[in-house]
Amino acid sequence: MTMALITYKEAVRQAMQEEMRRDENVFLLGEDVGVYGGAFGVSLGMLEEFGEERVRDTPISEGVIAGAAAGAAVTGLRPIAEIMFSDFITIAMDSLVNQAAKMRYMFGGKAKVPMVLRMPGGSGTGAAAQHSQSLEAWLVHVPGLKVVMPSTPYDVKGLLKTAIRDDNPVVFIETKTVYNKKGEVPEEDYAIPFGVADIKRVGKDVTVFATGVMVHRSLEAAEILAKEGIDVEVIDPRTLVPFDKETLVKSVIKTGKLIIVHEACKRGGFGGEVAAEVMESEAFDYLDAPIKRVAGKNIPIPYCMELEKSAVPQVDDIVNAVREIV
Amino acid sequence: MTLNKETLLNWYKKMLHTRFFESQVDAFFAKGMIHGTTHLSIGQEAFAIGSTAALHADDLITSTHRGHGECIGKDADLNRMMAELMGKSNGYCKGKGGSMHIADLEKGNLGANGVVGGGFAIAVGAALTQQMKKTGKVVLCFFGDGASNEGSFHEALNLASIWKLPVVFMCTNNHYGMSMSVSRSTAVANIADRAASYEMPGITVDGNDPIKVYEATLAAVERARSGEGPSIVEGITYRWLGHSKSDANRYRTKEEIEAWKDRCPIKAFEQYLIKNNIISQQESDEITAGAKDDIVRAVEFAQQGSYPGIETLEEDVYA
Repeated sequence: MTMALITYKEAVRQAMQEEMRRDENVFLLGEDVGVYGGAFGVSLGMLEEFGEERVRDTPISEGVIAGAAAGAAVTGLRPIAEIMFSDFITIAMDSLVNQAAKMRYMFGGKAKVPMVLRMPGGSGTGAAAQHSQSLEAWLVHVPGLKVVMPSTPYDVKGLLKTAIRDDNPVVFIETKTVYNKKGEVPEEDYAIPFGVADIKRVGKDVTVFATGVMVHRSLEAAEILAKEGIDVEVIDPRTLVPFDKETLVKSVIKTGKLIIVHEACKRGGFGGEVAAEVMESEAFDYLDAPIKRVAGKNIPIPYCMELEKSAVPQVDDIVNAVREIV
Repeated sequence: MTLNKETLLNWYKKMLHTRFFESQVDAFFAKGMIHGTTHLSIGQEAFAIGSTAALHADDLITSTHRGHGECIGKDADLNRMMAELMGKSNGYCKGKGGSMHIADLEKGNLGANGVVGGGFAIAVGAALTQQMKKTGKVVLCFFGDGASNEGSFHEALNLASIWKLPVVFMCTNNHYGMSMSVSRSTAVANIADRAASYEMPGITVDGNDPIKVYEATLAAVERARSGEGPSIVEGITYRWLGHSKSDANRYRTKEEIEAWKDRCPIKAFEQYLIKNNIISQQESDEITAGAKDDIVRAVEFAQQGSYPGIETLEEDVYA
């Protein structure tokens, strides 16, 4: 397999381009996705290739962006809708939660809603409380949605292809602080199935389960800890719904210790769900220490960069948590 | 515009079906044979039937929580409708949707909706499909006067207008959003006045006259089909019964309700048909009896159906 070194952002763009070339029913809509190229430049150049029909600038109307995507999906298209910041999904929640997610079930299995709602999530850009949230736990809670949270260029490309080909509404949360991070990506067509976690680092002493940007911080922490003789296993679920419980349970059985790391507020965060899944599994008997959660503080994201850093887990927080548990 | 006898009688029958279907639902609800909640459109039949009559068989609709008439207008099977309301597996949604979620995708009915204003964006998206795939089909998006105060109304109508989408926004103005009258809730006199904000035509017609409703809808549908974009068609009508079962009618007078009952759209249409020598009183009586029989059969079908098995509980969450 020939590999190319590209950024996360380029990987997202390539996935969209390749799927749009493959299937004429796939199109992109969202605020400023056309000539502007998207607020983060993700769709730059796509207008030139596909034209205004298939790379559609919309007014600032998140409710109808998500709802029209659902309506287009249920009638035979495969829309990719971009929400400029994941925070603005609040405005699209009826379309997403009450409509798109429910249609198939409440219509007795007749409808298919093949849509992807892409959105950058997370803090770290100094953009304060309304442009920095990690709201995945809300979405995980809604039956009918699939929730994807890729952390690397390889994962984001392969998972976005699967998302576009999936016949369900998929919420695709991009990690905005790694948009410009490079990684190796195959030049050939590939797709990553949903519900398969990736062991980003094999270790034997402690399992660190991390999502989004926390995968990168956990890997950095693991390198620091390796020098102290602590061997950390880092697991990235990649998709939260469906959730690969098996890989995690196996890892915890091996290491006997679990630390869950996410950027979202600890209270009501996905980490609680992960911990409960492990407690209900056969891995419970193998735990040598209480499960630990390293997560965002239960506060809005502040503006001042130093405060912002303190609001979400940093590498040191993960290192310290591991030292405490082993 | 010539409407032949067969067409007019088909409308008459559908209006009667709607009336008798809902009267039966009302009776079953009172007996506890239908549960949950149900929103009846008795008194509003002319708008649902006259408007859907302007569609081709493969055109689409989105409907509302008070949408039985629109289902019937779009040629839904009464048997499967009744079965769905009774929660049976032979219902439209296998007993998982109920009154507020009847959908019949094969016939272009993209579903009723339990959320006020929930259908606007879906209709716009469905219309986008028709435009992008050049199908020539049109979407009718039904909504009530109350829904026009939802933000989704604004987002959807603006988008439909700038993209010239083949969708017609059909406002059933029955004077009340639950208890709040249009005059108390809404800054304009007619919902169709709001069309001006979106550079689209808006027309208000007598929603109790199926022919006027049909003509106005047909003009808007033809405009949409020819690529000229959306319109609002508003029908002024009245909901005879309560908003739902909990309604004690504290917000309106008996006199007001009675005055609208005197303007019964079905009675008026019957008189029109007889006066214009389209049918005789005897024919009308026969059609009425036939429509009642159809509901009896729908009830039999529903009662013969079984409740969905527990094994279906977790089916159909995902495709």
